[in-house]
Amino acid sequence: MTARSVAMTIEQVAVRFGGLVAISDMSFTVGDGEIVSLIGPNGAGKTTAFNVMTGFLTPSAGRVTYRDTALNGLKPHEIADLGLIRTFQRTSVFPNDTVYDNLLIGLHRQGRVRLLDAILGLPSARASERKLRQRASELIEWVGLERRAHDAAGSLSYGEQRLVGVALALAAEPSMLLLDEPVSGMNASETHRFVELIRSIRDRGITILLVEHDMPMVMTVSDRIVVLNYGRIIAEGTPDVIRNDPAVIEAYLGHGAARA
Amino acid sequence: MKVAITILAVAALASVPLWLRDPYLLNALITTGIFVIGAMSLNLLLGFTGQLSLGHIAFFGIGAYVSALTSLGFDFGLPGGFRVVHEPWPPILGLVFAILAAGLCGYFVGLLSFRVRGAYFVIVTISFAEVVRLVALNWVELTQGPLALTNIPSIALPLPGFGELTLRTKMQNYYFVLVVALIAYLLIARLVRSHFGRAMRGLMENETLAVSVGIDVTKTLTIAAVISAAIAGAAGSLYAHYIRIIDPEVFAFINTVTMVIMVISGGKGSLAGPVVGGLIFGLLPVALRPVMAPEAQWIAYGGVLMAILFVLPRGIVPSPAQRLSRRRSGAKALALTETGIEERA
Repeated sequence: MTARSVAMTIEQVAVRFGGLVAISDMSFTVGDGEIVSLIGPNGAGKTTAFNVMTGFLTPSAGRVTYRDTALNGLKPHEIADLGLIRTFQRTSVFPNDTVYDNLLIGLHRQGRVRLLDAILGLPSARASERKLRQRASELIEWVGLERRAHDAAGSLSYGEQRLVGVALALAAEPSMLLLDEPVSGMNASETHRFVELIRSIRDRGITILLVEHDMPMVMTVSDRIVVLNYGRIIAEGTPDVIRNDPAVIEAYLGHGAARA
Repeated sequence: MKVAITILAVAALASVPLWLRDPYLLNALITTGIFVIGAMSLNLLLGFTGQLSLGHIAFFGIGAYVSALTSLGFDFGLPGGFRVVHEPWPPILGLVFAILAAGLCGYFVGLLSFRVRGAYFVIVTISFAEVVRLVALNWVELTQGPLALTNIPSIALPLPGFGELTLRTKMQNYYFVLVVALIAYLLIARLVRSHFGRAMRGLMENETLAVSVGIDVTKTLTIAAVISAAIAGAAGSLYAHYIRIIDPEVFAFINTVTMVIMVISGGKGSLAGPVVGGLIFGLLPVALRPVMAPEAQWIAYGGVLMAILFVLPRGIVPSPAQRLSRRRSGAKALALTETGIEERA
C-alpha cells in the first residue's frame, strides 16, 4: 500500500451504556483518500462507532482525532464543519421538501451569508443563492435524480432516497464521508451503480469510511476492512486477507464453519 | 400569479379607509391589524421551526410597556436610596426600544429553553409570560400596576423637512399599522426563503440530519426567537400608542391563544396564513356583536374555529410543504393518509 497521510485516528475508544459494553477498546486509522469498511455482525458496534466519530455520542473512554483536531466534546454541527459528514442507516431526507430543496438545505455550509444581507437581498446574498442553486442542480444530476428533482423527497423509492441522502452529504462538501449501510435494501443493479458512485466520490479526493452488510459489495469497493465483533476489533486488512481470516469466518458463520 | 394576488390584497387593504367611514369598524381593523402582526411573529416560530410559544403575548406586552414608559418617562427607587429617573422621549423611540427589549427577551427565553425543546419550550414560554404579568401587576412604582399606564402619547413620525406627523386620526393609524405589517411580512418572507429559513425547515423536518450537514440548532432557533419576539414587541408598541392605555391584562393568556388560533386556522408555515386567519378571527367578534348575545358570540366563535379546522385541517392557506405532500399522495392511485388508505381518481 502506498504511504498515505492519516485522516482519522481512533484511539482506544470505548462506549458503555450502563453495564452494556457497545465498544471496548477500538483503535484504527483511516488514511487520506482511502476507502475503509467497518464490518461485523449485527450489534457489533458499527453504528455506535459512527455516532462517536460524528459527535452524536460521547465515548466513555478514548479519543478520535480528525486531521489533528481532537473531536471529543465537539457538537455534531461543529464536526460537520471540519468536513466530516455522515449519512444515516434509515432513510434520511427532509421528506416534505422537494429533492432540490433538500440539497439546498444540505448546502448550508456553503450558503452562509450574513443574515442582514439575506433579508435586504443584497447582491452578495443573491450571488451566493445563485451559486447554491447551480450546485444543487449539479449534485442532482450527479446522482442521476433529475427527473425527481421537484418531487417531495418522501415520495421517492427507498433506493432513490438513499441517493438523496448521499447527495445531501456531498452537498456539505465533506473531506471525509461516513456511509452507514448505504446499499441495504437496494437491488443488485442499484448496488452496482452505488459502487460506481462511491468510487467516483473517492476520485474527487474524499476519504470514505463505510459500514455495510453486503459482503460482495464491501469486498469489491474497499481498500481495507476493519472487522468488529462484540465491540472489539477482531481483524484488519485488505479484502483478500479478511476473506481468509479464520476469526472473521467464525464470527460470521459460527464455530463449525471455520473447518468446513 | 402569487405576486399578483399579494399586490391585489395590499391594494384592497390600502383602499379600506377611503370607503369605510365607520370609526368603530376602522378601529376594529386597526386592532386586528396589530394582532395580525403578532400572529405573523408567532408563525415564524410555530410554523417555520415547529416550536409552540404559548407565552408569545409576553413579548407583545413587553413591547407595549417599554414603549409606553419610554414616551411617558418614569421615576422609581432602587435599594440603597438610588432613584432611576427617565424624562419622556418621543414615542417613535419607544417603538425602537420596544423592538430591542422584546428581541433581547426573545434571546434569553430562546437560549434557556432551546436546550430542551418541545413541551419544555411551551412551559418556559407560559411561565415567562406569567412572570412578566406579575411584575407588571406588582411593580406599581414603575407600571402603576392595575391602575394602568394612561395618557400614552400617539406616535409622531419625524418627516425630514416637514417636521412631525402625529398619528391622531384612525386613518393615519390604519396606514401606519398597514406599513408596519407589510415590513414584518416582507422581513419574514425574506428570512424564510434565505439559507437561514432552510436551516429552520431542515431542523423542523429532520433534526438529526440537519445537524449532520452542519446546521447549528441552538443558534438557528435562538435567532428565530429573537426576530419573532422583536416583531411581537413592535406590535405591542403600536398597540400601546394606539389604545393609549395599557394595564397588566395585556399579558392575559387568552391573548396568546387568540394569536395561536389565528396562525393555526390560517395555516401555520405559510406566509399568508396568519394574515387570513388573523383577519377572520380578529373581525369575527365585531361581526357577531350586533346579532348575538355575548355568550352566544363565543359559542359561534368556537363553532367557526372548529368548522375551519374540520374542513381545512391544514389551515385556510396551507404551507408549500403541505401542498407538496398533498400532490405527492395525488400522484398514486392509492395513497396512504393519516386516516388509512384513500382511493384516488
